[in-house]
Amino acid sequence: MSSIAVPTAGDIAGRSTLAGAQRTRYLVGAICIAVIAIMLFPIVMSFLDSIKTRADASASPPGYLPHALGIENYVKVFYFQAGLPTYLFNSLVVAGLTIAFCLVLAVPAGYGLARFRFPGKEAWFLLLLSGMMIPYQALVTPLYLTFTKLGLANTHVGLAIVHTILQLPFSVYLMRHSFEAVPKELEEAGVIDGCGSWQVLWRILMPAVKAGIVTVILFAFITSWNEFLAALIFMNKETQFTIPIWTVSVRTGRLGAVDWGALQASLVIAILPCIAVYVLLQKYYVSGFLAGAVK
Amino acid sequence: MNAVSRRYIGLLYAAPAILFVLVFLVYPLGQLFYTSLTSASLLGGGEFVGFKNYVKAWNDPQFWTSLLFTLKYTLYITPILMGLGFLLALLTAENSPLKKFTRGVLFLPVVIGLATSSLLWFWLFDQQVGLVNQLLVDLHILVRPITWFTEPTLALWAVIASIVWKVVGFGMILFVASIQSIDQEITEAALIDGAGYWQRVRRIMLPLSYRTMLLATLISVIGSMLAFDQFFIMTGGNPRGQTFTSVYWIYQNSFIFFKLGYGATLSIILMVIILVGAAAQIALTRRRATA
Repeated sequence: MSSIAVPTAGDIAGRSTLAGAQRTRYLVGAICIAVIAIMLFPIVMSFLDSIKTRADASASPPGYLPHALGIENYVKVFYFQAGLPTYLFNSLVVAGLTIAFCLVLAVPAGYGLARFRFPGKEAWFLLLLSGMMIPYQALVTPLYLTFTKLGLANTHVGLAIVHTILQLPFSVYLMRHSFEAVPKELEEAGVIDGCGSWQVLWRILMPAVKAGIVTVILFAFITSWNEFLAALIFMNKETQFTIPIWTVSVRTGRLGAVDWGALQASLVIAILPCIAVYVLLQKYYVSGFLAGAVK
Repeated sequence: MNAVSRRYIGLLYAAPAILFVLVFLVYPLGQLFYTSLTSASLLGGGEFVGFKNYVKAWNDPQFWTSLLFTLKYTLYITPILMGLGFLLALLTAENSPLKKFTRGVLFLPVVIGLATSSLLWFWLFDQQVGLVNQLLVDLHILVRPITWFTEPTLALWAVIASIVWKVVGFGMILFVASIQSIDQEITEAALIDGAGYWQRVRRIMLPLSYRTMLLATLISVIGSMLAFDQFFIMTGGNPRGQTFTSVYWIYQNSFIFFKLGYGATLSIILMVIILVGAAAQIALTRRRATA
């Protein structure tokens, strides 16, 4: 190993004898494994609980591992209230609309800000980013008033608008930087061919900023899928719940006593898409996070 | 294409986004301020009352309890998140397969919903079926299971544990990025001078992560001051309203008591506190950076 910038096990030991270095290396490895175990414990245990039988999952004191396996908890949450398909549909439609709104608004805005000069450009850019400084928690009340008047309360579009407010600053910021990173020569060829700015954007630049677009989609999905407060307030009809609201209502149940097995099943369902998306698109996720935070 | 339209073509591309922000952010903000001056109710009606709601907030003991509780939560959790995040970054900054994997796992809870993770920890901390009690009893740390959510201090620490699990990976990733971007020459020079590992941590990695630390602190403070989901789900504000956060108290007034006007007032106050706090932090650190 040639890298010096990162601490090697030998460095950690300071004045390192070979045996000492070896020992530190093992120690660091053991700490890593302990950290992994602690981090995964809640999720793994929740999954194990979800495949217990109903009585087993509510046993006190609790057992760590299931005695018998079963899918009754999943069957139960599948039919809970309006049924799982309805809730999945709600969450997916809201997330889909949020993604669409973010792209339709942020891609042209990023292009306009990156490639053109116009009066007050940086001020407009700041206005677009101002959502980062205004907590959306404060906006929920006035938006609720307006949406009730417009008939947007309890609708997918209404909630998607709120999620777009949350996600738009990041999306615009990221798209502007994505377009700025594309070399100008690329579109000059297009301009010579007589393409208008719209055609340049659509035909030449879009493929070049694909990574930025994937990141915008990814973050919009995760935000919308997980968002709780606005969904709690705007979607107060049982048939309009999104997945996070549904998990809370699974806990509350019908009679007040918590059905722990059913709760775990609902949590596994809520978590699974996040983990899948994260594992598949980790590269975009981490780089997006760094781009968003280090500005 | 004439000159005028060319001059504004960029603005035209940004116009839909700008319009969206004006309609759904700027206008509601104005509306929020106006509502805060009225006695509006969720059921409709309400009239202009001037700054009466602000006086009411000043005299509302629960407003102060919630604000102080939120501050306490913020003051407890932020140093833990920063310290632990930095230590975990030291542990995993190297790009070996095990460390990369550890990093990936540490970051995993960040992508899970806050509501979901709060329910997960609500279960883990449950007195009867929770595995935290079981684990502590099995390890002989506790004699018998305890009730975490009936005592405000214990409830606060249970929530803090859950949030540290949920977001510690966020700070860690930022710190890993800053540690990895340290110029190799600096490290080499320190090695030649015979600096040990912890000396390099103190003299090189920590100072060069200063900016990142400030940014992460700012994000953590703002996020903690706006805490809602975790308390709504895990404590329900109990016992006796002692674990209501500021946002929770706003929610309670606006949507449970239907007092939208008063809720709007509380929102404005909280927003001003956060903006002033954030501005103060940025100004303070600017001065220190130039000094």
